[in-house]
Amino acid sequence: MCNQTVGLVAAELERHGIVTVALQLLRSVAEKVRPPRSLCVPFAHGYPLDTPGDAERQRAVLRGALGVAALPGPGPVLVDLPVGSGA
Amino acid sequence: MATASELSLPVRVFLRGYRWRRIDPVPFAALARPIEECKVGLVSSAGLVLPGMTPFDGTLRGGDSTWRSIPSDADGAALIDGHRSDSFDHGGMNSDPELVFPLARLRELAAAGEVGAVAPRHASCMGAITATGRLVKETAPEIADRFVEDQVDVALLVPV
Repeated sequence: MCNQTVGLVAAELERHGIVTVALQLLRSVAEKVRPPRSLCVPFAHGYPLDTPGDAERQRAVLRGALGVAALPGPGPVLVDLPVGSGA
Repeated sequence: MATASELSLPVRVFLRGYRWRRIDPVPFAALARPIEECKVGLVSSAGLVLPGMTPFDGTLRGGDSTWRSIPSDADGAALIDGHRSDSFDHGGMNSDPELVFPLARLRELAAAGEVGAVAPRHASCMGAITATGRLVKETAPEIADRFVEDQVDVALLVPV
């Protein structure tokens, strides 16, 4: 349900003029709910930024999300973070 | 990527008949400036609260749609896991809250000039919401109003 919750909040933020990127752990849910901009991450439930304590890896996931923020519309924009991606 | 097969059997059975809330039309805001100049805020659905805050109510039918404002200078290590779901491993977020609320990581990106600034306030909500009416009509607009007030350019949303 978390994937839907962040997607619905993201939509309202976008209606207010704020660019959003929602990380998504379940691509199938992102396809149904359709958040404006999503980065699908290849990690398990409970681990949206991958590895606990790995600051560089976590920053890399954030960089990936920020990259999606800069992509042109229209939405929904759905991007997969490649497995093993450093960015 | 996570799969629905990781979830418990009762949850999978519930989701089989669940009607997801489809966003239509899909709003799409334009990025007004380069990311390096943007103020960035966080929204986490991990149900986190700071000490002294009212915990999320895990007993509410349909889920607790309230939210908590997390100040940017909060000690991320002090965040308390209040997520009611037992469908995922809480071990990661309990050992490292940055995993679901990456406030220190965001500060590091700002210090490195990769984003313009960190928003002064962020949002924490409960992701386990099956009845989404109040979330859409009240909570999300409240969060949006707060972010607009704080002149946030970009919001990163983290599910768990």
